Amino acid sequence: MAASPTITNISVSRTEAGAPPRHSLLVRVTHWLTTIAFLALLVTGLEIVISHPRFYWGETGNSGTTPWLNLHIPASRDTVPTGYGYTMPDQNGWSRYLHFEAAWLLVITALIYGVGSLLNGHFRRDLVPAPGQRSWSAIRAVFARYLRRAPDIEGAHTYNVVQRLSYLGVVFVLFPFIIWTGLALSPGFNAAFPWFVNVLGGRQSARTLHFLDTIALTLFFLVHVAMVALTGFWTRTRAMITGDTRSKEGR
Amino acid sequence: MSLSRRKLITTGLAAAAGVAGLAAADRIAKAYGLIPPDGDGIYGPGETLTYATQRLLTRHSMAREFPRSMISEKPFGNELAPPIEAFKKHQAAGFKDWTLSVDGMVAHPTVFSLADLRSLPTKSQITEVVCEEGWSYVAEWIGAPLHHVLDEVGVAPQARYVVYRSIEKDWWESIDMADAAHPQTFLTMGMNNGELPVQFGGPLRLRVPRQLGYKSVKFITQLTVTDSMKKFGKGLGSASPEAGYAWYAGI
Repeated sequence: MAASPTITNISVSRTEAGAPPRHSLLVRVTHWLTTIAFLALLVTGLEIVISHPRFYWGETGNSGTTPWLNLHIPASRDTVPTGYGYTMPDQNGWSRYLHFEAAWLLVITALIYGVGSLLNGHFRRDLVPAPGQRSWSAIRAVFARYLRRAPDIEGAHTYNVVQRLSYLGVVFVLFPFIIWTGLALSPGFNAAFPWFVNVLGGRQSARTLHFLDTIALTLFFLVHVAMVALTGFWTRTRAMITGDTRSKEGR
Repeated sequence: MSLSRRKLITTGLAAAAGVAGLAAADRIAKAYGLIPPDGDGIYGPGETLTYATQRLLTRHSMAREFPRSMISEKPFGNELAPPIEAFKKHQAAGFKDWTLSVDGMVAHPTVFSLADLRSLPTKSQITEVVCEEGWSYVAEWIGAPLHHVLDEVGVAPQARYVVYRSIEKDWWESIDMADAAHPQTFLTMGMNNGELPVQFGGPLRLRVPRQLGYKSVKFITQLTVTDSMKKFGKGLGSASPEAGYAWYAGI
């Protein structure tokens, strides 16, 4: 909360006079809060996974049953057969504390972003493909430009159709589903809302889907960072911090 | 410039309101017992949010129960430390002298034999054991609901927690009265239509099916009713937070 006035000041002082910021204050603040929460959840989630690096479908699954997916990595516990003669360092305690605290940060940030974006028209204006972009040829044109490595002139001011569809998928599918499958793993929450886990096919299905969604989100994260790096890492990152619209190409 | 000043003032006021709101929420949470014993430190906000939300939303909800057909053919008993001598003596004698002493803030401190506990109204439930590592199994659990024992000894109205100890050294936990009085919290003596095997906590295990497996301590010998966890161990609620794990494991 206390950081907001500072960020407002920077955006006003550094953006070219009259030009609106590249990203709204709401998007900039929630983007970085989400980044912090995501990285904390990813690292601690992997730490939790290595205590039992096997996945199952259905309600139950354990070292006595056959897994659907075995990661074939050493585990941090000796309660699971891995074929390795040793265990990895066990950091589950703080990883679990931080995982659930970061999950709260993610959920609260998502609520602020979701409600704010409905109110200020961010979804409608910036994420739903614009009228001229709603065609396969528009999508093909974006990929063709990516492959030619052609400069993206309008990219400094608006999202192209591939970006819009990717962000819609992340905002409305991958993130809600990671929260859903995560909540479905809480025994207390399950008691109150059993359908939350039952419609997924059971507890172990929820855990497996939580892991698969993590892979999807991680792939998005890697491609996203790669695209930012290819189109000018500092210019794009500065735009997401200060809202500055200036870019090397534009000057 | 005037616009940025107005924004600055609004943000400042919002921040001040936010801080005041947090302080008020903290007072209310303390008054209504919504702060867990390990609610201090860097993971305190996350733990408090989780515990308070669960207590407000799911205090009376019932853990999912399963049809008999879903009982796991291969329940997983987890690893056990080599038992102490006192346990081995009890085991050699067929546990006939095993006792559960109930003390603390109760009208009639009592020592129960297993026969005493069996003479209480016993119940059965088919619920899932959920380990923090990720694995799980479903079994039928037979025992005396803890609230019958608490009714017998007469719990003081200001009591807030029930502390329970294993015969094994340094293995102790506690639950709040919401979980202690919950109809599915069992002093478990039987499993799948037989005696509770030692591997699964026999002769006496406290099953808390709305929380992760590590709250269901094996080989129970003592219950202590208290109004504060400050006097127990390091004051964090149980041995789990002392080892780095969350006290509340209903997530």
